[in-house]
Amino acid sequence: MLKRMSYSSFPEDVLEHVFSFVQSDKDRNAISLVCKSWFEIERWCRRRIFVGNCYAVSPRMVIRRFPDVRSVELKGKPHFADFNLVPEGWGGHVYPWIYAMATGYPCLEEIRLKRMVVTDETLELIAKSFKNFKVLVLSSCEGFSTHGLAAIAANCRNLRELDLRESEVEDLSGNWLSHFPDTCTSLVALNIACVGSEVSFSALERLVGRSPCLRTLRLNRAVPLDKLANLLRRAPQLTELGTGAYSSDLRPEALSNLAGAFSGCKELKGMSGFWDVVPAYLPAIYPVCSGLTSLNLSYASIQSPDLIKLVSQCQNLQRLWVLDYIEDSGLEALAASCKDLQELRVFPSEPFGVEPNVSLTEQGLVCVSEGCPKLESVLYFCRRFSNDALVTIARNRPNMTRFRLCIIEPRTPDYLTHQPLDTGFGAIVENCKYLRRLSLSGLLTDLVFEYIGTYAKKLEMLSVAFAGESDLGLHHVLSGCEGLRKLEIRDCPFGDKALLANAAKLETMRSLWMSSCLVSLEACKLLGQKMPRLNVEVIDERGPLDSRPKSFPVEKLYIYRSVAGPRFDMPGFVWNMDEDSALRLS
Amino acid sequence: MEKFGLNLKATELRLGLPGSESPERQSSDENSNKNKKGNTVVLSLKGLAGPGAKRGYSDAIDSKWVFSGNTSDGSINNNGGKCVSGSDSGLCCPVVKESGSAQSPKPVVVVQEKKSHTHNHGSAPSKAQIVGWPPIRSFRKNTMSSHSAKNDDDSEAKLGMECLYVKVSMDGAPYLRKVDLKTYGSYMELSSALEKMFSCFTIGQCGSHNVLSRDGLSESRLMDLLHGSEYVLTYEDKDGDWMLVGDVPWEMFTNSCKRLRIMKSSEAIGLAPRAMEKCRSRN
Repeated sequence: MLKRMSYSSFPEDVLEHVFSFVQSDKDRNAISLVCKSWFEIERWCRRRIFVGNCYAVSPRMVIRRFPDVRSVELKGKPHFADFNLVPEGWGGHVYPWIYAMATGYPCLEEIRLKRMVVTDETLELIAKSFKNFKVLVLSSCEGFSTHGLAAIAANCRNLRELDLRESEVEDLSGNWLSHFPDTCTSLVALNIACVGSEVSFSALERLVGRSPCLRTLRLNRAVPLDKLANLLRRAPQLTELGTGAYSSDLRPEALSNLAGAFSGCKELKGMSGFWDVVPAYLPAIYPVCSGLTSLNLSYASIQSPDLIKLVSQCQNLQRLWVLDYIEDSGLEALAASCKDLQELRVFPSEPFGVEPNVSLTEQGLVCVSEGCPKLESVLYFCRRFSNDALVTIARNRPNMTRFRLCIIEPRTPDYLTHQPLDTGFGAIVENCKYLRRLSLSGLLTDLVFEYIGTYAKKLEMLSVAFAGESDLGLHHVLSGCEGLRKLEIRDCPFGDKALLANAAKLETMRSLWMSSCLVSLEACKLLGQKMPRLNVEVIDERGPLDSRPKSFPVEKLYIYRSVAGPRFDMPGFVWNMDEDSALRLS
Repeated sequence: MEKFGLNLKATELRLGLPGSESPERQSSDENSNKNKKGNTVVLSLKGLAGPGAKRGYSDAIDSKWVFSGNTSDGSINNNGGKCVSGSDSGLCCPVVKESGSAQSPKPVVVVQEKKSHTHNHGSAPSKAQIVGWPPIRSFRKNTMSSHSAKNDDDSEAKLGMECLYVKVSMDGAPYLRKVDLKTYGSYMELSSALEKMFSCFTIGQCGSHNVLSRDGLSESRLMDLLHGSEYVLTYEDKDGDWMLVGDVPWEMFTNSCKRLRIMKSSEAIGLAPRAMEKCRSRN
């Protein structure tokens, strides 16, 4: 007779051991909801926290619930901050978090931040508070200088990763790299591509030389090409390399020297950098092309013929970021050579020119969608598109998960029929049932939103600009897209009705951004008052809100769910619309 | 009215064409509302003085300044259609100082004409820029713009990423701002944009209740601003030196400006002579 094991006698440490195999946040959250004892066990053994909006919860609350966290990831500003739509001073300061964690998580090992304001003071606090600190990733952050980096380098003895991807660093001295002590040999990843000034090259060489575990090295533009060969020889185990400036005086022995150095890097999988490319030096990387899975040429002004020569050798390419110099012909070659391609991003070389400067059209993307069966992630800037092309792409690639199309001129219609692109995007959402991210452009009516609301059930993030005709458009999206987490809208005629009618939906989302739309101050106030678990923030740089009638549309609106209440660090041009604030305003 | 430039007669730098008459300069009168003739660029942050202050200077501009009508492609708008960023984007024309003589408007400052030349090389001017569109990250924009500047083996000038973000700080303000210098065609445009941007620190923040405003500027502070010309606009150039804005032709300024600072006048004393020496040594 089998005795049933009762849950109460199931040893905690066994449960904890089982839970340790469950890493995803979603699953961990599910575990914590099973019963009280599982909630308790789980919270003590959760080691990794991801907070998608740093204002959604307070550091104190996080530390209280999860007492022994080793890795924290935080995001600050809204996505549209990348395009300068969020004024400086808006917020996203990480210091309060670091301050709280300095005492709350002394064993913290990893900090990953995105779009946050990080000061030197913050970096210094990190450097001295966490004895076992290993990983610092600052993605699109700002507010710090090379002094702060020096503090990290000098004090974090077990540092494995220092990744400053696309952050803004104030250059006060190139010497910060020398602050890594000779005893530091643990580096696995170093990304300084965004640092403007020269770093001490000898310090860099020595650092690379004494880091046998170094796998990722992304240099900044100031590192000249003639130094690259030496660096590569010291780090043949690299899997990811970002070159510095890829130009030099043309000396034949330099080219073969470099090619030789590259040949030594047998494990190289990804490359980036390539600023100021001199095409004659590209053959130096031919030895590694067949092994490359990721190639970022989006800063390289290489013309199509050279690009074709290059990508044709990269048969294992899974990800390509490139400028529109590749043109339709280059994309055709890509489609023929790179059958494993999963992600393609084509950036504009001259986004502000009126006339197209390259022959890149919808044909290029159609070609790739036909030739690359694994293509699932697209970011494509171009100047014309058609419904037909979109329908073709949708039919070719039902496995598409991320589709971002940017037709450079706002409200551009189908260039063949002069119709809106509703049908085309409709086909995308209808066919691509796993679509998680979508960015729209071109001429679009409310109809496209009806399609999105009807079909895009897995959609998590939607970006809309210069589209739609009425509140109905917004209503379709808010009422139809069940999985929607982030919605960002600019310059659309969406107003109060759809927003107020779907107020409850907003609590199921991470955030909503609306700028240059038609949402009135009055509606914002109403929303703020009715929904205590939403922070309804109006951003308006035109002066105090009560100097305008309540029916006047606000400049920008950022709504996000939060259990932390209104934030304390709002600058003068941001107002919270909750009850108390409303009283102060009138 | 706060004067940002030097008495240019003392240096060789002018904003007019070589050979154009430079009339007698009026003595510097800090509180004067009079429009100054001559070739000095007068950048006023008068708007900072509070909500009641008239934009007298802008009125003066409309009547006195002449828009240049002569560019390589014949278009009237010769700053390439660039305009002040913001949702009310429209086409702005650069403003040129004329000496009040009856001379017909010549092409704007040679410098500016060159700028439009570079942009358009004969074709239609680029469109007025919308803020944040196309959606390209600043990092990419700034990287590409400095890249295109280096690309000299091209016969055509590459347009690249046409923007140049610099930080603007103001003494006493709790946070700084960023502006894209390429969206302005002249000191005037920059000045009025900055006025708008920083006026939120003074306008309306001090209500009638004599309390400390959200931004910490008290009413007494506002009174200071109203009565004085407390601030000057300065910039840090590529060499790391702080200079008064307005000394050099606009394009030279945008090429060398790394950041801006709205500085208390009292701190700005001593900047002027250095600027002069620098310009001399450059020439």
